[in-house]
Amino acid sequence: MEGHSVYVPKSGFTKWLEARLPIISLTHSSAVAYPVPRNLNYFWTFGAILTMMLVVQIVTGVVLAMHYVPNAKLAFASVEAIMRDVNFGWLLRYMHANGASMFFIAVYIHIFRGMYYGSYKAPREVLWILGVIIFLLMMATAFMGYVLPWGQMSFWGATVITNLFSAFDEIIPGVGTWIVTLLWGGFAVDNPTLNRFFALHYLLPFMLAGVVGLHIWALHHVGQNNPTGVEVKNICKDTVPFTPYATVKDAVGVVFFLILFAWFLFYIPNFMGHADNYIEANPSVTPAHIVPEWYFLPFYAILRAIPSKLGGVLAMFSAVLILAFLPWLDTSKVRSGNYRPVFRVFFWLFVAACVVLGWLGAKPAEGGYTLAAQILTVFYFSYFLIILPLLGLFETPRQLPGSIAEAVLAKKAKRAAPADASVNG
Amino acid sequence: MAETVPSAEPTRRDFLLIATGAVGAVGAAAVAWPFIAQMQPDAATIAAGAPVEVDLTPVAEGQILKLFWRGKLIFVRHRTKAEIESAAKVDVASLRDPQPDSARVKEGHAQWLVVYGNCTHLGCVPLGHQGAYEGWFCPCHGSVFDTSGRIRQGPAPTNLPIPPYTFVSDSKITIG
Repeated sequence: MEGHSVYVPKSGFTKWLEARLPIISLTHSSAVAYPVPRNLNYFWTFGAILTMMLVVQIVTGVVLAMHYVPNAKLAFASVEAIMRDVNFGWLLRYMHANGASMFFIAVYIHIFRGMYYGSYKAPREVLWILGVIIFLLMMATAFMGYVLPWGQMSFWGATVITNLFSAFDEIIPGVGTWIVTLLWGGFAVDNPTLNRFFALHYLLPFMLAGVVGLHIWALHHVGQNNPTGVEVKNICKDTVPFTPYATVKDAVGVVFFLILFAWFLFYIPNFMGHADNYIEANPSVTPAHIVPEWYFLPFYAILRAIPSKLGGVLAMFSAVLILAFLPWLDTSKVRSGNYRPVFRVFFWLFVAACVVLGWLGAKPAEGGYTLAAQILTVFYFSYFLIILPLLGLFETPRQLPGSIAEAVLAKKAKRAAPADASVNG
Repeated sequence: MAETVPSAEPTRRDFLLIATGAVGAVGAAAVAWPFIAQMQPDAATIAAGAPVEVDLTPVAEGQILKLFWRGKLIFVRHRTKAEIESAAKVDVASLRDPQPDSARVKEGHAQWLVVYGNCTHLGCVPLGHQGAYEGWFCPCHGSVFDTSGRIRQGPAPTNLPIPPYTFVSDSKITIG
């Protein structure tokens, strides 16, 4: 996108550098002059928050890897050594473990924001799909990271999740078993599994960083969506330069998010973990209640809601992959949920369904819980496959503002004269 | 740039393009092979699967012995008369994975049931003497197995598989 200003090198050195590698002008056009819709709210600061969390995870992870031993006999003790012996090891490990949860809190808010404001619609489909790929990579990374401490939950989580692939035996006998043996490097989850998971857990965040780069590139090419969902029409009137406006707003969001992070980190560092993971892995005993980390619970509830192994596995993977098709499933021409009265209701029902599914995922799979999970699973898929396609055809959206500037000025006028506003509706 | 003249006849350039492409594809597959094969169980892991001998004398009636072979958990269950009867009298046709009890034990050794100890759903360890059939109950996702290790309720698709084993004597078996 065309920016608010153009970088002109002034000194001899910058002129010399610009002629060889135009890196300063690239930084200027994408982080200083880049036009940002002037009506963005705080939900738009989560991109910056997520970028920061990725950096936090990579930095703490690299440092932890200097003390951790990826060997089935030594891994558990090495994590305890990090907690007790390594200088500030407890802090670094808690930062990394809670950081993963904070990363997912931020990504879920970021995804729901995109879903509410229709940020996936043309021309942002590729941007959205790159986001789904980031989400998938995050899930794979988080899963493998959780295996590394080699506690009971690590071991049995690894067993259950890798066994998901054995469901393919029901399509072509032997294929599932072959894949699972390939993942394990043995006949059960054991040392070879831990070793390769460690290598991949170290690799994936850098692939994640690469896809994040593409995600930001795509974003800067098409421009940001905004709460009205109306495209930028006039750069001068509808947008402000990224620096200082977005930079400062993002910084405020980051600070408040860090306060939440610090609260978990220093006051309840084990709140989102499981006590069972402080018991070393034992392949002959499964803990009575195995549950995945909280951020997988809605998908886990969907897996358990289907009374067939293959069906459950397919439903769980579909629940994530269906997100990639969202740009084509939502048929409405209007982007923002602010102007879609019926969509809004279903959107919040969908959010509630995801939260309740998460709660059900932590409950035992029996009786009423299973039935509730089944009903919500049907709703989850109906939202994408029935409700969104039909809403676009039948819903009458509210009048869209002519431009972003118009929407902002109307809001200001309303605030200045509240009495008039109530008369005008 | 020089103009290329489209010709109906295959040229030497067409031949070179196809030949190079084919060799390249074979080469890529040949390089990919070791990178995938290295993920398979290595020699040490396979060697650790040497047969193990199990002495059955200390296993009392009703008891379930847990042991490992090739890193996999195995249950050796000394079944009681009642457990054998309840496993034998089931209508085989009504089972999800139909197998008579006699096909799951060695002839003349019906009191000994030897099965893998991981649920066929997602691999958790089922708890012995629990569930509606007093066989096993898996706490993870609720699969129920009978005293023959056959799936009766819940999401598991198949019976607990039987590892390869033979009776060396009446009180000793070799697994593997």
